[in-house]
Amino acid sequence: MSEFLHMGGYAVFVWPAYVAVMGVVVILGIQSWRSQKTLTAEAARLKQTMGEEEQH
Amino acid sequence: MMHRFANPTRFVRLADRMLPWLFIVTLGSFAVGLYMALITSPPDYQQGDSVRIMYVHAPSAWMGLFGYMVLAGASFASLVWRHPLADAAAKASAPIGAAFTGLALLTGSLWGQPMWGTWWVWDARLTSMLVLFFLYLGYMALWSAIEDRQKASKAAAILALVGAINVPIIKFSVDWWNTLHQPASIMRQGGPSMDSAMLWPLGIMFVAFNAYYAMVLMWRIKAELAARKIETLRYNQAARQEGPAARQEGPAARQEGQAVLEEGS
Amino acid sequence: MPLVTKGPKPSQRKRRRLVMILSAMAVLALAAGLVLRALNDNLVFFMAPSDIQAGKIEPGRQFRLGGLVAENSVTKAADGLTIQFIVTDLVNETPVRFRGLLPDLFREGQGVIAEGRLDESGTFVATSVLAKHDEKYMPPEVAEALRKSGKWEEGSAGGDSP
Repeated sequence: MSEFLHMGGYAVFVWPAYVAVMGVVVILGIQSWRSQKTLTAEAARLKQTMGEEEQH
Repeated sequence: MMHRFANPTRFVRLADRMLPWLFIVTLGSFAVGLYMALITSPPDYQQGDSVRIMYVHAPSAWMGLFGYMVLAGASFASLVWRHPLADAAAKASAPIGAAFTGLALLTGSLWGQPMWGTWWVWDARLTSMLVLFFLYLGYMALWSAIEDRQKASKAAAILALVGAINVPIIKFSVDWWNTLHQPASIMRQGGPSMDSAMLWPLGIMFVAFNAYYAMVLMWRIKAELAARKIETLRYNQAARQEGPAARQEGPAARQEGQAVLEEGS
Repeated sequence: MPLVTKGPKPSQRKRRRLVMILSAMAVLALAAGLVLRALNDNLVFFMAPSDIQAGKIEPGRQFRLGGLVAENSVTKAADGLTIQFIVTDLVNETPVRFRGLLPDLFREGQGVIAEGRLDESGTFVATSVLAKHDEKYMPPEVAEALRKSGKWEEGSAGGDSP
């Protein structure tokens, strides 16, 4: 295990590279999913309330 | 045919069907790819374990480049055919491509220091990649700087097309000029110059990155389309409250309508 | 909808936009190509020993020298820090002197790029040495097997010949 973490002496270069890539991938993914979810819901809600107004 | 597919509602329906699958492919290939890249793949005969940076560096650089190709292609379609979906796709691709370009620069730096002996050099490949990063930033800055959506879309699309000239320069920089960066290992004449024990993990990481890009791009296009829908719905609502006169008066009435909106929110 | 009702039809306008954008891009590509051609000399990151031989470098000018470290040419000076080696492009050779830390990839037969200037004796005095790695990736055992079977192409290991 410690050999794995050591990365043949390149640990200080290999691990930051992987942490940065996976960190950005996860954060960008979550942010994109969340904004899509809330905006789609908001659009549906607005459309519905407007449809109700129309019927009056 | 193209316009059938390019219909925003149809797109959202198609995306909603594909997204669960893309999510599974992304998660699965990342799990397998990372496992192989970090654990089962061998060290390089010259670079030792530092070669493992390649498994995230090369796909990041590719996504940065591919994201720009999508951005430029969609900008072209948006300029010529004025299609809202193309416009949304171009805008959605920019942050993803920018993120990967930044990651390619960062991981390349972390690889270059131990191997080349330097974090950074101004050779043709590294410099053209930095230019790509700035093109993305400029594109996004234009979108946020110009308030009128149509004007912003046009200006950003023109910038995207002008910058597209950088794409072949990045690809061929290592062949055209002497650079510190090595030439291509995979997409080259005579087949890849990489052992299969390394080619497999790299290939799986490429699948993971591409599936991830497609997935996030769809999410962002959906978000963009929804945001536009909200904008028109709010405008219509405001216009109706103002009465029919406001609707016919054009831009001035529109601005008024928006002012009402902002007060209300 | 556009306010102007007169003028060309939408389909014609689209075609005109298409032609206009395509021709603008063609002109731009041409211009970029010309600029790159003009810049060609500045975009070259390093010179080869043959370029020195051809007299492309005026004496005393700082430049980058690239090539392969010749086999059996690396020697360490008595102070233990200064090293000397020969850079070759397989046609011409240039001796190099360097004092400082070398990158991990530096070894004989490997590509390097040194920055510095020529002294009076024709030795390149380097202020920095960068290692260039090639596009080949393989596990150590495979490299060993290739060497044993004689399929190893010596010299190509250092990357491109300039």
